Amino acid sequence: MGKINSDFFFDTDFLNLTKYKMNKIFLITKREFLTRVRQKSFIIMTFVGPILMAALFIVPVWFSTMEDETEKTIAVIDKTQNFEKILNGNKNYKFIQIPETPIDTVKSHFSESAYDALLFIPKPEEKMPITLYSDKQPSFELKSYISNRLELEMQNENLKKIGIRQSQIDSAKVELSIQTIKWQENGGEEKSSAEIAIVLGFVIAIIIYSFIFMYGTQVMRGVIEEKTNRVVEVLISSVKPFELMAGKILGIALTAITQFMLWILLTIAITLPLKSIFFSDKSAELQNISQHVAQEKGQDAAGNAKIIDFIQTAGNFNFVSLGMAFIFFFIFGYLLYASLFAAIGSAVDNEADSQQFILPVTIPLIIAFVAAQSIIRFPDGNIAFWFSIIPYTSPVIMPIRIAADAVSTGEILLSGFTLIVFFILHIWLASKIYRIGILMYGKKPTYKEIWKWLRYK
Amino acid sequence: MEIIKTQNVTKKYSGYTALSELSISAEEGTIFGLLGPNGAGKTTLIRIINQITAPDSGEVYFSDERLQSSHISQIGYLPEERGLYQKMKVGELVLYFAHLKGLSRSEALKRTKYWFEKFEIQLWWDKKVNELSKGMQQKVQFITTVLHEPKLLIFDEPFSGFDPLNTNLLKKEILELKNKGCSIILSTHNMESVEELCDHIVLINKSEKILDGAINDILSQFKTNTFEVIFDGNFNLHQATLSANYEITESSAEKGNNFLKVKLKDNYLPNDLISSMLQYGQIASFREIMPRMNEIFIRVVEEKNSERHEN
Repeated sequence: MGKINSDFFFDTDFLNLTKYKMNKIFLITKREFLTRVRQKSFIIMTFVGPILMAALFIVPVWFSTMEDETEKTIAVIDKTQNFEKILNGNKNYKFIQIPETPIDTVKSHFSESAYDALLFIPKPEEKMPITLYSDKQPSFELKSYISNRLELEMQNENLKKIGIRQSQIDSAKVELSIQTIKWQENGGEEKSSAEIAIVLGFVIAIIIYSFIFMYGTQVMRGVIEEKTNRVVEVLISSVKPFELMAGKILGIALTAITQFMLWILLTIAITLPLKSIFFSDKSAELQNISQHVAQEKGQDAAGNAKIIDFIQTAGNFNFVSLGMAFIFFFIFGYLLYASLFAAIGSAVDNEADSQQFILPVTIPLIIAFVAAQSIIRFPDGNIAFWFSIIPYTSPVIMPIRIAADAVSTGEILLSGFTLIVFFILHIWLASKIYRIGILMYGKKPTYKEIWKWLRYK
Repeated sequence: MEIIKTQNVTKKYSGYTALSELSISAEEGTIFGLLGPNGAGKTTLIRIINQITAPDSGEVYFSDERLQSSHISQIGYLPEERGLYQKMKVGELVLYFAHLKGLSRSEALKRTKYWFEKFEIQLWWDKKVNELSKGMQQKVQFITTVLHEPKLLIFDEPFSGFDPLNTNLLKKEILELKNKGCSIILSTHNMESVEELCDHIVLINKSEKILDGAINDILSQFKTNTFEVIFDGNFNLHQATLSANYEITESSAEKGNNFLKVKLKDNYLPNDLISSMLQYGQIASFREIMPRMNEIFIRVVEEKNSERHEN
């Protein structure tokens, strides 16, 4: 039996060992990834997820197109005789003046008539409210259409009464929309949009929150499974506990990223063709309407300018930095929580026992998610600042602030640095708990016990 | 050379001592029996050898080198509590374990096929693990343990869950591995298999070694000088004469086949017994009753435990 001169080969030996170790982590990662990706539940979720997401976009559009199909006819009893020319209706509503009849008479014959509603406009001196009668709840849209028209006409009448001419009224009309411009550090300017920022930031926060939750608990379940069916006993003589834990966390991370990518691709694949079906005539219509409105107002370019403006603003939006921030906080946030979940999984014998440990781990995540809803409105406040620095909440909060552009580069670096430091600290602690926990059976661990494990040699 | 040598290994967990000052040495190319009642510290020792846990004090040597992580790939360990990934296919699973042990893809495939043929389980390749019976899973587990042809094999209760047929198959395989030059540490409560397989045993009780030696030495050390004689002749006369110089522990007479168990007193030899019996009839059979490992185990452990009580 030849004895290796280990002193002489020490250096290269060490390097080989490291390579060997990485190779093992890679093998474990590969197995975790492949078995998960081939599971039925993964395949089902991959297809059901985008369908649900696509449904979120399409169902509202679909409903609105359904409603549009029927034209509503509204009977009008106008005692003032002033509004006939104003209530000229549109594609959805048709107004028909009927002779003055007592309301009760109309009511008794209403169901037989072809009318969907009755608008009653009394004379001002009658001191009665303008009333819309119907046997169904009239739509909000109809109500606001009528009141807008009548308000405008009444205002004009009042103005005329005090001696202002129609031409003066027309020239006093104002169409206002506020443009926001953000000064950049390099002295340039760009158009910004708070609305896009809010929506985008919040969507990212939801995605990060739910993926950390979903896949973090999968790490825990995987560890518990290995422990309860005793595979770990067999594995542990071939691989170090840390390699086993790291491989599992990475394998599940890859699964999460794969699922996410597939969702995005499939959502686009499903949404695009469907959208074009539903939107083709709809958007043409919208254009017609806006042109019509623009012509009426004599401001041809205004509508188009608005659309162009929106596209420009969206283009100005810094998708690259937001995308990078998303990837960074998504990955490290997951890693931070996954190492905690792995430690929990190793400490308990079954999922029921895990509850007492899960709660303290998930509370900061839930708090971050709840706080996100107010932080969206005040992205540069004190709470926003601290939540985006503290590593337990920063993965959810920081992307919101980045999207809202309410954060300096220094803060982002500080937050990222803190997150990495905490991740290293947590995976180190987790591996200490894990290496003892996976070989402990039978007793329900307490916090005191786990504290002891941390100090074992 | 010793494949494994420990020197004064001590391991304490909060509240109790799992191993105290344990020194053992297992010769290369032999089967080393690691015995002891439940909770004696066997699993802790095995885990230390596997570097799953480290001793608080003391040294462990593997082939004269201090135990280090590069030795892991030269050890195959079949733990007592064992399991497999239930949802994986058998072939994939075995290959995965082989890769973890550092075998290349082609080598792993070649050896896996060899063992599957040897155990006649080729048809299981694409079956999922949870479709196999417990005994079948044990076979797969055995293969994963030996596949990388380690220098040292550690079997912890390898026979549990096997029917007598498969137990024999496994014993045959273990002996074959030994003949190929493998060193084996066998931890089991099945004393029959210890007698059959082991060259050397160590008995641990409550973290301490209480018995250590070659199995033949131990068996003869525990001989009680008792002989079984079957003979033809006057049974009662025999009994009367013999009891003067010998201690008769058991006797029976059935259809002319008289049976006696006789314990020799000090200073008497087996031949003395034979010659004193020759005068009374024909001796049909005469053999020494060897102690069984089972009895030795119980006797030594009980003695130790009562000693502890007295102290």
